Amino acid sequence: MAIAVASTVVVVAILVVGVTRSPGWDEFKAYFFDWGYYRESFPEILDAFWVNVKLFCVAEAIILPAALLLAVLRSLPGPVFFPIRALAIVYADLFRGIPTILVIFMLGFGMPALGLDGVPTSQFFWAVVALTLVYTAYVSEVYRAGIESVHPSQDAAARSLGLTHGQSLRHVVLPQAVRRVIPPLLNDFIGLQKDTALVGALGVVEAFRQTQINQAATFNGTYYLVAATLFVAITIPLARFTDWLVARDRRRQQAGRLA
Amino acid sequence: MSSQPPVSDLSQTPALGVESVHKSFGELEVLRGIDLSLAEHEVVCLIGASGSGKSTLLRCVNLLEPIDAGRIVVAGEEITGGRIDVNRVRRGIGIVFQAFNLFPHMTVLENVTLAPRKARGLSRSAADAEAATLLERFGLADKRGEYPDRLSGGQQQRVAIVRALAMQPQLLLLDEVTSALDPELVAEVLDVIRELAAGGMTMLIATHEMGFARDVAHRVCFLHEGRILEEGPPEQLFGEPREERTRQFLQRIVAAGRM
Repeated sequence: MAIAVASTVVVVAILVVGVTRSPGWDEFKAYFFDWGYYRESFPEILDAFWVNVKLFCVAEAIILPAALLLAVLRSLPGPVFFPIRALAIVYADLFRGIPTILVIFMLGFGMPALGLDGVPTSQFFWAVVALTLVYTAYVSEVYRAGIESVHPSQDAAARSLGLTHGQSLRHVVLPQAVRRVIPPLLNDFIGLQKDTALVGALGVVEAFRQTQINQAATFNGTYYLVAATLFVAITIPLARFTDWLVARDRRRQQAGRLA
Repeated sequence: MSSQPPVSDLSQTPALGVESVHKSFGELEVLRGIDLSLAEHEVVCLIGASGSGKSTLLRCVNLLEPIDAGRIVVAGEEITGGRIDVNRVRRGIGIVFQAFNLFPHMTVLENVTLAPRKARGLSRSAADAEAATLLERFGLADKRGEYPDRLSGGQQQRVAIVRALAMQPQLLLLDEVTSALDPELVAEVLDVIRELAAGGMTMLIATHEMGFARDVAHRVCFLHEGRILEEGPPEQLFGEPREERTRQFLQRIVAAGRM
């Protein structure tokens, strides 16, 4: 413990001294660390940040069930379901392959431009759709790994009792699979939270877009720091929570092995 | 054994009929024409070296593995035909596995009541009541709230037997149910099976426990390379085996101290 504290102090001291002694430090400090601008802009950027919160909450609420459905479709057995499996694979490959920013641009600018009756023109709407499409592809792979990690003997036991494929999946396979992938699911949720900043490119005024507006007015960069603070304030607790879940699962498994 | 219901005459409709069943896994032909018939209330033990096809035969009878040729008939109904409802068939045929295959995320009670509720359509209270009676009967009443990993191997296997019995099967398949147990835990599981035999349960049992087979079986079948090489009452098969292969197998078992 003492060694860890000492070495941390030394490392931080070297970094601080190294950075503050750099030739451009004074301008850098004035540009990024202006306490006055920080305080002044915080409420405004916090307001905009609620747009990010809404984006990732709405998107995640759709992603979790949609990705599970996609993973289940991909696990359907037999030749009858080949077209469904194939479509699920094409979807996952496509949306994991295209950069998120491109999907956001194509949907956010493309769909409203169609001018079709009934097609929403709200860019917030299309931003949610774009994030949902991309992250559903990722998250379905996480679920699929979970489903495949459940030993086939569990399904065999359920089926041997007369349960249908669906009942076995619902009551035996999925509960075990989902429990195992909670940490990677949270990990993807953190990724989604950060990627909501990409939506600013459409003109939706979320935290990052708001910092750009402010920066354009004062030519000061402290606003970036405000936005960074807000994102980190949400993602770090979630990351620690994920670590805690992983550690708890490991402890439980070890306890199970000893018993 | 005196209270045991009499074994039905085989000229009546057999509880189980296996007719020239063949099964291959890829190039490997595991079952090469199995013929076997079980009368109601009859207990038949399958013995033979690992890989002789005992487990595969049981999995085929439970329709966990499709057969390549032949027929399997349960209580007069062919279950290997095209338009058979496998879930309905499996409800009447219980199977207990070597590795227990309990559902680790469910308590003992939930393990036992899942299939009665979902496949037999019992209400939770009715399923709970039935399960309580069964658990009581097999000395597991105080374990109903425990998770499987908190139980000994012997207790887990007894729960697995109870789970199969909760579906009120007409036929019970036991697949080397003591092979994964520590030696001191074998007896408690064999006692349960003896009790079931005394109660008239029709059972097909793959086992390495020769003493137990001699004790409990009406008939013993020796499997060798996917065929039933010899069958007969236990006194005859263990006492004066007709086939040289059977003799060799039994000598190896004796040499290994297993009989």
